[in-house]
Amino acid sequence: MSTPPAAIAVEGLVKTFGSTRALDGVDLEVPPGSVLGLLGPNGSGKTTLVRVLTTLSLPDAGRARVLGHDVVAEPSAVRRRIGLAGQFSAVDDHLTGFENLDMAGRLCHLDRATAARRAQELLERFGLAEAAHRVAKGYSGGMRRRLDLAASLVARPEVLFLDEPTTGLDPRSRLDLWSVIRDLVRDGTTLLLTTQYLEEADQLGDVIVVLDRGQVIARGSAPALKGQVGGDVVTARLVDPADAERALAALGPIGVATPQYDEEEREVRVPVGSAGPGALLEAVRRLDQDEVALADIALRRPSLDDVFLALTGHVASDESTDAGKSRRRRRARARAKAQP
Amino acid sequence: MSTPAGEPGIAARARWAVSDSRVLTERYLLQLVRVPTVLFFSLIQPVMFVLLFRYVFGGAIHIPGVGYAEYMLPGAIAQTAAFASFGTAIGLAYDLGRGLIDRVRSMPAARFAVLVGRLTSDTLRSLAVVIVLLGVGYAVGFRFDNGPGPALLMVLVAVVFGLAICTIAAFVGLALKDPEAVQSFGLVWLFPLTFVSGAFVPVQTMPGWLQAVARPNPVTLVVSTMRSLAYGGPIATHLWESLAWVVAILAVFGPLAVRAYRRAS
Ligand SMILES: Nc1ncnc2c1ncn2[C@@H]1O[C@H](COP(=O)(O)OP(=O)(O)OP(=O)(O)O)[C@@H](O)[C@H]1O
Ligand SMILES: [Mg+2]
Repeated sequence: MSTPPAAIAVEGLVKTFGSTRALDGVDLEVPPGSVLGLLGPNGSGKTTLVRVLTTLSLPDAGRARVLGHDVVAEPSAVRRRIGLAGQFSAVDDHLTGFENLDMAGRLCHLDRATAARRAQELLERFGLAEAAHRVAKGYSGGMRRRLDLAASLVARPEVLFLDEPTTGLDPRSRLDLWSVIRDLVRDGTTLLLTTQYLEEADQLGDVIVVLDRGQVIARGSAPALKGQVGGDVVTARLVDPADAERALAALGPIGVATPQYDEEEREVRVPVGSAGPGALLEAVRRLDQDEVALADIALRRPSLDDVFLALTGHVASDESTDAGKSRRRRRARARAKAQP
Repeated sequence: MSTPAGEPGIAARARWAVSDSRVLTERYLLQLVRVPTVLFFSLIQPVMFVLLFRYVFGGAIHIPGVGYAEYMLPGAIAQTAAFASFGTAIGLAYDLGRGLIDRVRSMPAARFAVLVGRLTSDTLRSLAVVIVLLGVGYAVGFRFDNGPGPALLMVLVAVVFGLAICTIAAFVGLALKDPEAVQSFGLVWLFPLTFVSGAFVPVQTMPGWLQAVARPNPVTLVVSTMRSLAYGGPIATHLWESLAWVVAILAVFGPLAVRAYRRAS
């Protein structure tokens, strides 16, 4: 009865699909009431991990416990205490917002009156009260995502899993959703959130775990990770790729790490730590002196791509396998068809 | 370690399983009501079939001892019950693609409530369509000659047969996963199944090799049963044979559908 069990505890988790090791020995621990931002490019295993933790998929090796319950041995105990909003909004188009939530409540074994009350409450909280009795087919992407999130909350889960909750939303809807998520966390919900955006993991997560090809390649607080990456980045887009060598040489001295050249983007990137605008001015001056013609130059916060480059030395591959591509295409097709 | 909230007992679990299945049945019935065009066309198509067969082919097909309207209506009803399975298969494939099945599976809801709800709502829909077809049948000359008991039993046979076919379709939908593939596959097996049978013409009029396929076809046996119940003929043998088919289909495809449901992602 000393320390409370971790809300989520994962040890050596492995999940393979044919020859793809979607999870390749993942270890994680999420303390109760905290937020874990799981960051990774397409195909890195984020959804696979979420599916194992929410009992939708069985691991091939390793152990995973949610609130002390083993996901393989006690799936129903896990299901009673978690909420899941999957990568694609699981909203029934033909039902109204209210009906979607009411049915979710009843399937979580709330009694009828409680389910209806809870549905109404969530519709109000998520700004959907006006649309409550309209069929979800006519909802915008943001409304749909909010409805989906609301459905995962009907039973007041202690641990919540959100798989890329803001992908595909416009910046405003994304900010709205962030504030809703912050409220939840304030109320003590433990949250595991996957994302492809470093900024999102930074905004919402206490701890960030970076996943690549099924393995954890980094973990830590956002500032610590950014430190590893080298803080802000100066990016200079070249007019002529032949200038690349000269630009790399010119910018070398101002960086806190070696500058990199991205051929596809014709872009030289230099991590400059916290030197900020001063580093940008210095970069412009040096490139001008060496007569490197610039299409564009900017100072920006590190992106997932920069994290990857810094941590693995390779650019985040969009799709690691052909199987992934065809599966994704199939999903995309199924979803396109599901639209009116 | 403490164990909060132990597993609910068997009685509570059974009660919730029934309640979960009911919620999902309700959901599928609501979907049906919300898209009235689907319901409309799923009614128009069999009605059109009845009228086409009755008036276009009816004149050319002579069945000794019975009018063609009376002869073909049980066939049209059985075919319609079988075709209702398109809805089952496509609906489940759609739910799977949209993540709706994953959502239910991540909830405490009983595991197979989705399947039970889907099949229950499809069976209720079949029942409604059968009743409409009987009305149309009465308008074009069909009559029950054996009284209300056998008439009710005929409806029951049609609906239970429909359920068996929907169970096959549930497996197909969950195994193929793609609504379009599911639709094409449905056409491939349902047309031969219902037409290479005694549904619309006597099996004896077919070439010998085809008779060998048509005679044991469950559609032939079910339609014979329905005819016997509607206007006369040996009820018992046909009924047992049909029942054997239905039980066999449910015994094979029920578990297969459950397995596909468990594995589908
Ligand atoms: N059901 C499946 N069958 C075959 N391969 C799979 C399956 N699910 C996942 N994979 C493979 O496992 C790997 C990890 O996939 P996963 O969906 O977990 O990635 P992800 O990080 O969620 O990607 P995304 O950002 O695109 O959602 C990919 O290579 C994918 O192709
Ligand atoms: Mg994913």
